[in-house]
Amino acid sequence: MDKFETLTGIAAPMPLVNIDTDMIIPKQFLKTIKRSGLGANLFDEMRFDRQGNEVSDFVLNQAQYRETEILVAGDNFGCGSSREHAPWAIKDFGIRCVISTSFADIFYNNCFKNGILPIVLPQEQVDVLMKDAEKGSNARMTIDLEGQTVTTSDGEVFTFEVDPFKKRCLLEGLDDIGLTMEKVSAIDSFEAQASAARPWV
Amino acid sequence: MSPKTLYDKIWDAHLAHEAEDGTCLLYIDRHLVHEVTSPQAFEGLRMAGRKVRAPEKTIAVPDHNVPTTPGREDPKNMTEDSAIQVAALDKNAKDFGIHYYPVSDVRQGIVHIVGPEQGWTLPGMTVVCGDSHTATHGAFGALAHGIGTSEVEHVLATQTLIQKKSKNMKVEITGKLRPGVTAKDITLSVIGKTGTAGGTGYVIEYCGEAIRDLSMEGRMTVCNMAIEGGARAGLIAPDEKTFEYCKGRPHAPKGAQWEAALNWWKTLYSDDDAHWDMVVTIKGEDIAPVVTWGTSPEDVLPITAKVPSPDDFEGGKIGAAQRSLEYMGLTPGTPLSDIEIDTVFIGSCTNGRIEDLRAAAEILKGKKIKEGLRAMVVPGSGLVRLQAEEEGLADIFKEAGFEWRLAGCSMCLAMNPDQLSEGERCVSTSNRNFEGRQGYKGRTHLVSPGMAAAAAITGKLTDVREMM
Ligand code: SF4
Repeated sequence: MDKFETLTGIAAPMPLVNIDTDMIIPKQFLKTIKRSGLGANLFDEMRFDRQGNEVSDFVLNQAQYRETEILVAGDNFGCGSSREHAPWAIKDFGIRCVISTSFADIFYNNCFKNGILPIVLPQEQVDVLMKDAEKGSNARMTIDLEGQTVTTSDGEVFTFEVDPFKKRCLLEGLDDIGLTMEKVSAIDSFEAQASAARPWV
Repeated sequence: MSPKTLYDKIWDAHLAHEAEDGTCLLYIDRHLVHEVTSPQAFEGLRMAGRKVRAPEKTIAVPDHNVPTTPGREDPKNMTEDSAIQVAALDKNAKDFGIHYYPVSDVRQGIVHIVGPEQGWTLPGMTVVCGDSHTATHGAFGALAHGIGTSEVEHVLATQTLIQKKSKNMKVEITGKLRPGVTAKDITLSVIGKTGTAGGTGYVIEYCGEAIRDLSMEGRMTVCNMAIEGGARAGLIAPDEKTFEYCKGRPHAPKGAQWEAALNWWKTLYSDDDAHWDMVVTIKGEDIAPVVTWGTSPEDVLPITAKVPSPDDFEGGKIGAAQRSLEYMGLTPGTPLSDIEIDTVFIGSCTNGRIEDLRAAAEILKGKKIKEGLRAMVVPGSGLVRLQAEEEGLADIFKEAGFEWRLAGCSMCLAMNPDQLSEGERCVSTSNRNFEGRQGYKGRTHLVSPGMAAAAAITGKLTDVREMM
């Protein structure tokens, strides 16, 4: 998995609440058996009209947001389906960090498996970051995972919480399965004990 | 011993490893797999040279993008990309030796309907699937939740999931429901009250008299939408109804094993003085037949209400309501029961079980759908379809003017050919009314099966109580 240490980049504002995974990547793009290439269809139904032309007022279509690496979004980002195609599309587009007041559970987990950092901050701080993001390419935010901080283009610093295990995996680019495989003897003995206790499973 | 919730008990019974930082490995008893969220996971296994650790606990069925019209066994009748995904599942099931119900098998259907039907889902189990509506299986008192594709790969390889424990929420529905009010109305009303993010970080246990009174089908409907409330999982403590439902299913235990299982299952309830991090109580008699007006499942109101105005909301919801109303083509102040519809969809893992079809058929018996309306019933599984045919329900639907389809997800997410066109307004028994969910610019109103049948007759959103 790709590492995430620090990131300085353009942030795009998406103040809409409840941005769901159907908006992030509509189902017609789930019929792939690959993980790559989904960035072209990120936010497809908001970004393009039916003829495939760009919708000019959609934020990521505006000149100053073409190189967006950070999203600042409304509450409950990523609600809906478990499709990991959502973080795959976000990552493939070039976005490595999403900031919101809350995330849906499965989406939040999926981000970490793909080198994307989801950051939860209180409403007042997200409001400040939303304003900062509105400055477009004139403003760059900095995210520091080790120090757990977000710094606005004006130098204002906010700290965020992150689970220590998830943080380590992201900082070091660790592969979960490999890590769990190291505990295979614990799984073996649990399995033996569980199948003695509940043989019908 | 300190008192525990049902969630605590299942969690403790499946904790395979706990690291110093509190990161846990939860052992998974049943892993359900479908064609859309699994190909990349199997590919990952192959690339790393890994096997499926417990193929006997892994069950696969294609459901999301299979057509629901006859002749679908022939890949030529699927779009090319769908056929590739289904073929990939065929191959992966065979190569890795997991249980499989192909499209041609009468037992095929929506994964969350097939699991319980075949007795794969049992009380006290941990169940996962690369699908958010895995919450459905919580109706059996199983800890069941959706996972992403990387986690699917993790479970395939290790039969465990890396987890942090969630908080405990109790949702109690007290007393009796009024006539015409169903499990769907309960679950939508709970989301209306707590919001789609209200359950984030929690596992919900639904309890109270109104929940106990529900059949297993109804309980599955309630738990199915725990995810729309943001919760990791929904649970209902198993009881005699649960045991009765499980008994004799193909993969349920038999004989002495059944007795042993039963003994354990009977210990699966929340202790009286267990700790709850949040409690929500709703009186059963306060729940009305409801319908959604917007593009989030929390946008829910009794059918007797009027379309709200953005001014009725606060904060970020004002903009969201504005956008929803525009998308849905609705004017504030319009009575919901004046809204005319184009399409009716009865099906999905929320309401595609036999009891749902019975409820809809009961309303439709001897009646015709409104002229010009498109109406479709998609049974949740091949076995539900067969049973409905035996009970004469299929004839009622067909005579009323409904299309009678083969099992699958169909228009719940419109990945197969069953889709809404731009601006088409649909009354649906599924679980999501998101923008574009049932087709580009399609408009969805979520309701119970009875309400869907009533709307099919009048061509408008309709209070089912007027038809009873
Ligand atoms: S019926 Fe709908 S919600 Fe259920 S599994 Fe299929 S697509 Fe998902």
